[in-house]
Amino acid sequence: MFGFCIDPTQLETARWLACYLTTGKHFAFYGSFVTVIVLLLVTAPVALAFGFGGAIAARSPLLPLRWLGKGYTAMVRGVPDIAFFLFFVIALDQGLEWMVHQIRCPDWTEPIRDGHEFRVCPQAKVPNSSAAQLWHEIYNFTLAIFTFAIVFGAFAANVLFGAMNAIPRAQLETAEAYGMSRRQVFRRIVVPQMWVYALPGLSNLWMILVKVTPLLFLLGVEDIVYWARELGGAKTQAFTYPHPDWRLYYFLGLLVFYLALTKLSEVVFLHLMRRVSLGQSTMGGERLRAG
Amino acid sequence: MNSLITATAILVLGATMSLAQTVRMGTEGAYPPYNFINDNGEVDGFERELGDELCARAELTCEWVTNEWDSIIPNLVSGNYDTIIAGMSINAERDEVIDFTDPYTLADPSAYAALSADVDLDGGVIAAQTGTIQASHIAASGATLVEFATPDETIAAVRNGEVDAVLADKGFLEPIVSESNDLTFAGEDILLGSGIGVGVRESDTELKEKLNVAIASMKEDGTLNELLAKWLPELNRW
Repeated sequence: MFGFCIDPTQLETARWLACYLTTGKHFAFYGSFVTVIVLLLVTAPVALAFGFGGAIAARSPLLPLRWLGKGYTAMVRGVPDIAFFLFFVIALDQGLEWMVHQIRCPDWTEPIRDGHEFRVCPQAKVPNSSAAQLWHEIYNFTLAIFTFAIVFGAFAANVLFGAMNAIPRAQLETAEAYGMSRRQVFRRIVVPQMWVYALPGLSNLWMILVKVTPLLFLLGVEDIVYWARELGGAKTQAFTYPHPDWRLYYFLGLLVFYLALTKLSEVVFLHLMRRVSLGQSTMGGERLRAG
Repeated sequence: MNSLITATAILVLGATMSLAQTVRMGTEGAYPPYNFINDNGEVDGFERELGDELCARAELTCEWVTNEWDSIIPNLVSGNYDTIIAGMSINAERDEVIDFTDPYTLADPSAYAALSADVDLDGGVIAAQTGTIQASHIAASGATLVEFATPDETIAAVRNGEVDAVLADKGFLEPIVSESNDLTFAGEDILLGSGIGVGVRESDTELKEKLNVAIASMKEDGTLNELLAKWLPELNRW
């Protein structure tokens, strides 16, 4: 990056470090911080939407819909995350390829499952083998977001289900007495007020989501923990910048990053909690009224 | 969800565009000097140069992909990439699941590295990378095996005293031991496996043939020996 980086063996410490910290590999490391943050920012609303859908389904007067909502929360919450990540992503990936295969290669006669192998026709590969590596990465990243959203959606569904049921029954009856329909009661009374009950649970989920992002590597996405381990490991003369085992420093850096991120989240959630407590007949709401 | 649908649509549409198939080369990227991620963030090393030359000779378009060692075989058979070129020794156990091309290195000696030359190799605690021929060798001997996910961690375990020694390919250990002032080779070298080959799916006979022809031609004109001399000077030449 800098002009003086041509021969790192001749540099004094400060310049050597400046060159070392600006290698292509380090930029990949810095970029992976963005990957993690984007994952969090995209996954959170998607998971919340899944959770909202799950909670509504679980409260539905229709039995099959209720089963669907309750089954979703019970099943996904019951499976260990790591098993879910390993199984579900492979199933999703192969399921997708299988469907494309049925559409594109109806005349294909060879078996798709052959011993250990899973083999669809070349045109059915998602993404195609010839696609740029970037597309493969985007595809993996999308699978990761979808999987994270399903898992965290199930937990969010449970939180929101509880929050919806926590609205005082008297308020719902009053609304009905005013002649509101079920739908109106839900939209005007339940949803605006449930957040105060849901927020503590949701903030827990967010904190857990922040900390499980290293699972990204299981899904083939190179995240900050992967790069920290890769960069920190001892390097021989085969590398331009040889150094002993520096994993400690890299992981200390990650520690600071995660602590800062969770601290920031805490501040934001505190602020949000104040807002949704306003005018509520909860202890928090009363305290705000008192002043 | 929406983003997934859009992305899938783009991918499915994008898939129709080109027909010549790229061969995706799977490697670990953590095993210098065989394969590693260099300071520019690219795959580098003996196998990078070898693989690029093989692709050129077989007239294939190749793309490098890295994958954790642990899941490198499962991801080959499920089709995430088309070859494994990751310092993988040919042995019977692996041959049941995947196929190998002809070897491009002679049987590679494995060596023990330790903090002192007189450690107990037969009854001590020995580290190896998970799923390697060295790990199977230790498991079959009287020593206690401790497995690590990456080669780097096996070396760190010796240095911090967690294990008595590490057993790994000599080509990997050689630069580490010679550059360090604490590690040394211990005991005798052992010959394990039958050389390193490119792993391919059992059904990919055509690709295997092409690579075999390319490997044979590199052995014949001496270019393979030149690469070995450059990256793995300790190893036997063809």
